Amino acid sequence: MIAALRKELLLQWRTRAQAVAVFVFGATALLLFSFAIGPNAAALREYAAGFLWLALLLSSTLTLSESFHAEMENSALEGLLLIPASPRALYYGKAVANAIQLIVLGIALVPVMIVLYDAGTMRLPTLLLIIILGGAGLSAPGTLYAAMTSQIRAKQMLLPLLLFPLIVPVLLAAVKATSLAILGDPMEQGRAWLLLLVAFNGIYWSLCGLLFARVVED
Amino acid sequence: MPNHRVSNLPYAFVALGVLCLLIGSYLGLFVAPPEHYMGDVQRIMYVHVPTAWNAMLAMTFAFAAAVMFLFTNDWKWDARMEAAIEVGVMLAFLLCCQGAIWAKPTWGVWWDWDPRLTTTAVLLFAFAGILALRRFVDDPVKRGTWSAVATVIAYADVPIVYYSVRWWNSLHQMQSSPATVSSAFHLPLRLNAFGVLFLMTGFIMLRARIASLRLAEEIAPPPADALGELA
Repeated sequence: MIAALRKELLLQWRTRAQAVAVFVFGATALLLFSFAIGPNAAALREYAAGFLWLALLLSSTLTLSESFHAEMENSALEGLLLIPASPRALYYGKAVANAIQLIVLGIALVPVMIVLYDAGTMRLPTLLLIIILGGAGLSAPGTLYAAMTSQIRAKQMLLPLLLFPLIVPVLLAAVKATSLAILGDPMEQGRAWLLLLVAFNGIYWSLCGLLFARVVED
Repeated sequence: MPNHRVSNLPYAFVALGVLCLLIGSYLGLFVAPPEHYMGDVQRIMYVHVPTAWNAMLAMTFAFAAAVMFLFTNDWKWDARMEAAIEVGVMLAFLLCCQGAIWAKPTWGVWWDWDPRLTTTAVLLFAFAGILALRRFVDDPVKRGTWSAVATVIAYADVPIVYYSVRWWNSLHQMQSSPATVSSAFHLPLRLNAFGVLFLMTGFIMLRARIASLRLAEEIAPPPADALGELA
């Protein structure tokens, strides 16, 4: 699994132009969302958390759908399955690499959000934890679905179609927790939302690891 | 694999379902007393609640069929899964429409971000996505496995979505069941529940038959004379 993870990270480093492009896409989305509200500083600050996660979600479909690009060329996936490594290790390597990429993207989008929406916060460690858990939550089912949809036509359409309904709890919990981190959390509700993210991650990191072998082997 | 003995059982279920629904709806519309606070509007409960129960039942059956297919690789479970997802999506769509019709006069809005409503909508989109996935995969083996995997994953999401939305927002009245409604409402509610259940069973059986036939056609070897022409 470590070898699979190293391979993924190396590939991502070699194609960092793509990560930059995804970041620009996310930042553009953040800019566009503010036009939906208008120049109302108070409202923008209130909705900043939602916009941040929507931007990350939209960018994640780009990252995820590209993540099996290398495997699809020259049928490298069959080659990978022939080496004596379990498909589970391949899945976790890929999913962890995707999670890291989404987390870095999320961290990079935070300054953009702070500047555009005046949504500064002193609770940076909490915000970092939310982004880590949210990015991991998007990556676990997203990597599995990307493995399916990368092999069929209309992949750009099907991945969001399958992924978006599924990650509703991640979106809800991450937006709520981020919003509480920005606007203040007098009732200490943030912890409950973080626990929900932990639970989602626990369920999908184990379930998708179990099911991945069936997706690539058949 | 194709079943040559075509039974009439699904048609019997459909007929029985229509009969139950006719009697149940007649009793619900004309015989049962109007509800104290909501008046005649509440009579939609006699179709809304049975639809809700059976939509969940169809989705659960789809999940069970998906698990069975992943373990046994038996094609009949693939056909049943396809049928149950399709019928479940139809029932969930009807459920959302009926809910909106009931919500407007009682809550004042068409839609509310309530846990059950939102979970149903999420489930509707998730399963509709799986139907779309099935349309785009030509290889029957991949189609069966992938949609079974997607069904298991989507079904596991249901409790998480439900509880997350419940923490987020809630307004729905308590679930209606024979235990929570007055006894005058029991008979039409029960009759309609069984009516929708029979209708759903009949539809799933018929739809699974279509799916098996199509699959048999897909994986059948080409006819001998076609090979002869090629040679």
